[in-house]
Amino acid sequence: MRVDQRLIAEMIAPRARVLDVGSGDGTLIDYLYRTRSCDARGIEIDMQNVTQSVAHGLPVMHGDADHDLADYPDDTFDYVVLQRTLQAVERPREVLRQMLRIGRHAIVSFPNFGHWRLRLQLLTTGRMPMTPVWNTPWYSTPNIHPCTIRDFLLLCEEEGYVIQQWLAIDEDGARAPWRRSIRLANLFGEQAMFLLRRAGH
Amino acid sequence: MDISASPGIADGPVYTHQAVRLDSGLDLECGVHLAPLEVAYRTYGTLSPARDNAILVCHALTGDQYLAERNPLTGKPGWWSRMVGPGLPIDTDRYFVVCSNVLGGCMGTTGPRSICTETGKAWDSEFPPITMHDIVAAQAKLIDHLGVGRLFAVIGGSMGGMQALTWAADFPDRVFAAMPIATSPFHSAQNIAFNEVSRQAIFADPDWHDGHYRDFGAIPARGLGVARMMAHITYLSEEALSRKFGRRVRHDAATAVPASSSPSLFGEMFEVESYLRHQGSSFVRRFDANSYLTITRAMDYFDLAAEHDGDLANPFRKSQTRFCVVSFSSDWLFPTSQSRLLVRALNRAGANVSFVEIESDRGHDAFLLEEPDFDRTIRGFIAGAAEHAALKAGER
Repeated sequence: MRVDQRLIAEMIAPRARVLDVGSGDGTLIDYLYRTRSCDARGIEIDMQNVTQSVAHGLPVMHGDADHDLADYPDDTFDYVVLQRTLQAVERPREVLRQMLRIGRHAIVSFPNFGHWRLRLQLLTTGRMPMTPVWNTPWYSTPNIHPCTIRDFLLLCEEEGYVIQQWLAIDEDGARAPWRRSIRLANLFGEQAMFLLRRAGH
Repeated sequence: MDISASPGIADGPVYTHQAVRLDSGLDLECGVHLAPLEVAYRTYGTLSPARDNAILVCHALTGDQYLAERNPLTGKPGWWSRMVGPGLPIDTDRYFVVCSNVLGGCMGTTGPRSICTETGKAWDSEFPPITMHDIVAAQAKLIDHLGVGRLFAVIGGSMGGMQALTWAADFPDRVFAAMPIATSPFHSAQNIAFNEVSRQAIFADPDWHDGHYRDFGAIPARGLGVARMMAHITYLSEEALSRKFGRRVRHDAATAVPASSSPSLFGEMFEVESYLRHQGSSFVRRFDANSYLTITRAMDYFDLAAEHDGDLANPFRKSQTRFCVVSFSSDWLFPTSQSRLLVRALNRAGANVSFVEIESDRGHDAFLLEEPDFDRTIRGFIAGAAEHAALKAGER
C-alpha cells in the first residue's frame, strides 16, 4: 500500500462506513476492511480495476465521481475518500459538495500545482511544466483542474468546510515537515491531503 | 430441415422429474389459488448443519432445473455446468446449490401441462396468469420445504436475474447476497415487443387450436419454432453472428438444387439460416407453447419500480443484502444502461452494491458462455460475501 494511503487509513476510525471514490485496485478498502473492520466500498472508473476488485471479493462498482455520488442519500458514509483525483474531475466543487453531503467527513488528496519545481519550470521555460507528479503533456492530461494548496484552502473557506487535519506529502507519500506553514507547504509539498467536515457539527 | 410437428413433449414419453408436492398450494397475485403446487428441483452439494450455505440459482426463460448435470430430456450437459460444480466458481464442495423449474414451466413444476383439479383436465391455455412474484413465492415454498431459512445467495441471469431481484425485494431477510446478471428491473418496451412477435407466431400456427393443441394430438411447432428463432437472434450480437456464420452459404445434399429443376430463390441456404432453423426445431421438442406464453407474459409484467410508487429504490431501502450487478457490453436485450439504472436505485437505497460490466462481443448469451472475467467476478463476489457472512455469524 502506498504511504499516502496509509496516512488516509490512519485518519479513519475503526468500524466506519467508508466510500472510496476512485478506489483503483481496491487496496485501501481491502486494508480498511481487514485491519479496521470498516464497511468500505469503492467506486472506480477503470473497468479492469473494477473487475479485479470484485474478483477479490471487494464491493466496488463501476462509476465516477462526477456522476455517481448524487444517488446516495445524505450521511450514508462516515468518510468519503477521493485520492489524487480532484484535479481530474469535471466539477471539483460539486464533487466536494456531494462528498460532504453523503459523508460526514471527506478525505481529499491532490497533487499541488504550487510546488516550486512547477513554478520554476513555467518561469524559466515558459512551457507547461512536466514533473514526475505532473507527467502528461497538456494536450492529453486527464488533470483538467489543477490547483494549489492555497486555492484549495480558499475553496474550503468559501464552501464553509472545516479543515480538521491537513498535511503536505512528497511524491512517495511520506509526510513532509512543513506542517506549520501553509506557505512552505504550498512551495515544497508535492501533494496535499485534507480531512474535512461540514461546518456546524 | 423445416420446422414441422415432431414427436416431442406433446406425445413423447413422460419423464418423472424430482419434485415436491405442496397440497397447501399457492395464492397467485391474480387471485387464483393454485393447489396442489408441485415444484420440480435439483440440488447439488450438501446443506451445512447450520443450514447457511444454500445458493439458489434461478434459470432463464427457457432454462430448467438441470443446472449442472446431463439434461434427461435433451441429453446435453446442464445449462450452467461450466459454472456450477466441485471447484467451479459456484463450488458445490462448499455450497448447497438449488435450482428449481419455474412456476408455469414444463419440466415438472406446476404449469399449463398440469392437471387442473376442478376440471380434471390439463390447464393448457387456461392456466392463470402469473408474475415474477408468483414464481419466486413458489421457490420460497421449496426453500421452506428444504429447511433453509436464509439463502446465502440468489443468483440468476436474464429472467433468472429478475427472480434474484424479486427475491431481494420480497424476502430481504432471506437473501444474504444477490447476483442479478444480464437483467433489468423492468421489461423494456422493446423486449415486450419481441415477446409479442413470438406469441403472434405461435397464435398464427394452424396447430395452435386456441391453446388446446394437445386435445388434437398436435403442437404448434412451426409457430413456436419461429418464436425461438427470433428470440435467439436477440440473445446474440451482430458481431457474434458475423464471426460465427458471416455470409457463408451451406452446400449439402439437403439444400442442393437438383440440376433439372429451375433456378430457385431459396436454392441455397445461408449458414445463419440453417443455424436458426436448427435452434427452432430442437426447441419445440423440449418446450411447451403454453408455458412459453405464460412465462413471457410474466416477464412482460415485471416492473419493480412501478410496484413501489415509481421509485426503484423503495423495495431495497434498509436492505442488508449484498448485491453484485453484472452486465455484458454487447448485450442489447438487457443492455448495461438498464443495469446502471438498477445500480443507481440500489445506491439511492444505500445498499451494498458491486457493479461490473464484462467486456464481451457475444451478446446476451455471454452469461452462459466462457468468459474468464465473469467467472472471476462470480467467484470473487461469493468468496467476499462468504467472508462477511462468517463475520456476522461470529458476532452473534
